[in-house]
Amino acid sequence: MTEKTCTILGIESSCDETAAAVVVNGRDVRSNVISSQIDIHTLYGGVVPEIASRKHTERINQVVGQALREAGTSLQDLDAVAVTYGPGLVGALLVGVSFAKALCFAGNIPLIGVHHIEGHISANFIADKTLEPPFVCLVVSGGHTHLVVVRDYGEYEILGRTQDDAAGEAFDKVARAIGLGYPGGPKIDKAAREGNPDAISFPRGKVTGSEYDFSFSGLKSAVLNYLNTEKMQGHEISVPDVAASFQKSVVEVLVGHAMEALDQLGMKKFALAGGVASNSALRAKAREECEKRGVSFYCPPPILCTDNAAMIGCAGYYEFRKGVRSDFSLNAVPNLELGKR
Amino acid sequence: MKIFAIEASGPVAGCAVLEDDKLLGEYRIQNRLTHSQTLVPIMEELTKRLDLDLASVDAIALTEGPGSFTGLRIGAATAKGMGFALKKPIIGIPTTDALAAAAFGTDALVCPLMDARRGQVYTGIYEEKDHPVTLRPCCAVPAGEILEDLNARGREVLFLGDGVPAAMELIQSKLQVSYRIAPAFMNRQSPAVTATLAMARWRELGDKALINADDFRPEYLRKSQAERQLEEARAEHAMDALAAGRLLKDRKAQDHAGT
Repeated sequence: MTEKTCTILGIESSCDETAAAVVVNGRDVRSNVISSQIDIHTLYGGVVPEIASRKHTERINQVVGQALREAGTSLQDLDAVAVTYGPGLVGALLVGVSFAKALCFAGNIPLIGVHHIEGHISANFIADKTLEPPFVCLVVSGGHTHLVVVRDYGEYEILGRTQDDAAGEAFDKVARAIGLGYPGGPKIDKAAREGNPDAISFPRGKVTGSEYDFSFSGLKSAVLNYLNTEKMQGHEISVPDVAASFQKSVVEVLVGHAMEALDQLGMKKFALAGGVASNSALRAKAREECEKRGVSFYCPPPILCTDNAAMIGCAGYYEFRKGVRSDFSLNAVPNLELGKR
Repeated sequence: MKIFAIEASGPVAGCAVLEDDKLLGEYRIQNRLTHSQTLVPIMEELTKRLDLDLASVDAIALTEGPGSFTGLRIGAATAKGMGFALKKPIIGIPTTDALAAAAFGTDALVCPLMDARRGQVYTGIYEEKDHPVTLRPCCAVPAGEILEDLNARGREVLFLGDGVPAAMELIQSKLQVSYRIAPAFMNRQSPAVTATLAMARWRELGDKALINADDFRPEYLRKSQAERQLEEARAEHAMDALAAGRLLKDRKAQDHAGT
């Protein structure tokens, strides 16, 4: 290898996962530790920001320590620390950012602030070592729904985004309404396997005037209306059918927009990213449509789709190569735009 | 013995370095920027000015709380990150203890008042004549309650802290003993004071004063709204409603209506 080895510690705390990872040369994951708080947030039916922030504070040292130990890496070996500084819950982000800054200050290590979505996109570089930009990427999670052209490492063009709820948020809300509980994504995915996706016709959300944007609030309302109507008429509701039909509607819109973009731009590579990319119906439909078009399909394994720090270490590596460094005034930016600093 | 103190519990961002009985340096700032933007840069600045070798620091002192939840976490995560890198422990000092100790030498009772929102103050009652004596430990109560306590003690009071302006009206109408308000140089958190208290505690308790940086957590003194709701839901057997998000929403609406 001609390239000098570059070892980066990634830290992620933007929502309800406290995570740290050691990544060498961007794509070689030496450790990937994730401490999830999901059990406590499940009691509330969703992530409670104050609790998430408190738990991050309690867990951060242990998680970072474990990541370094598992990788057999010491602080002296690190070329940089990459930390998520947005978007996300501000109180949660502040824990990772404050910890990372103090670690870099006291350990005399360069610091790189990383965009959370850039991390999700970069998970694809870890999953497939041959993937290079340009490609089209659909980022779908509990907080984000972005259709992006990845022009080069760290260079993004946002084609479309959600105008209201994120796709994962719609899953959570519908799951709650049909009594499946939190988190909605995996629960709907599971229930849908027993259901008929054509049982109920739910609308496909469209945004007039911006063909690549998404809207899921209308779909969510349609599901709630359906449930109310059926209830008032005394009909029994088939949870698997509702789950499958709702899921089909979401997946068709997501994959439809992505394929439209691939066709229009004539691009031959497509990647999924984000927590909702673990959804089996979304993966299957995207793969099928890509195959039809002769487009190469990429999708990280679930462990790299959920919030994790390996993806932050990977994104940090490509920023590091470009000479990006953050100073100690780095702040958490809850609504950080992709591609902006 | 060298202590590096960090302050982020309230309106002040600050740091100080104390070596035995010599204060090597202190940096305190109240500006519009968040502690996140200010704290580590001033730590870096002070370290540079002192030409301080961080490896020579024996412990990190911190106002552990109470205070602004976000500020406490910025301070804690910063201290924990520094402790992690240096492999050094943390000494946590209750914020009101640190506020009160700035008034060394006074014959009056010292009463820190910090804005705790929800109609309360974080407070306590102290004597600082020769050395700090806690008469009423750190607590979160309505300002009126601490004033009644002070009336019952019948001694002159020195008030300090960022909660004083908001409590002035109540002090003037309710307090029956004489009082004074601390001047600007001593009426907010000072990391030099925190470092001094930490040094005293270390001399008194030795290693028992130290907390491993991995295990340190802020002392919020109050449960979060969500934790209170969880307890209520358990008591009322309403866990389903909590999980359905209804309780949370209803209570939020009530809170909004109430304020």
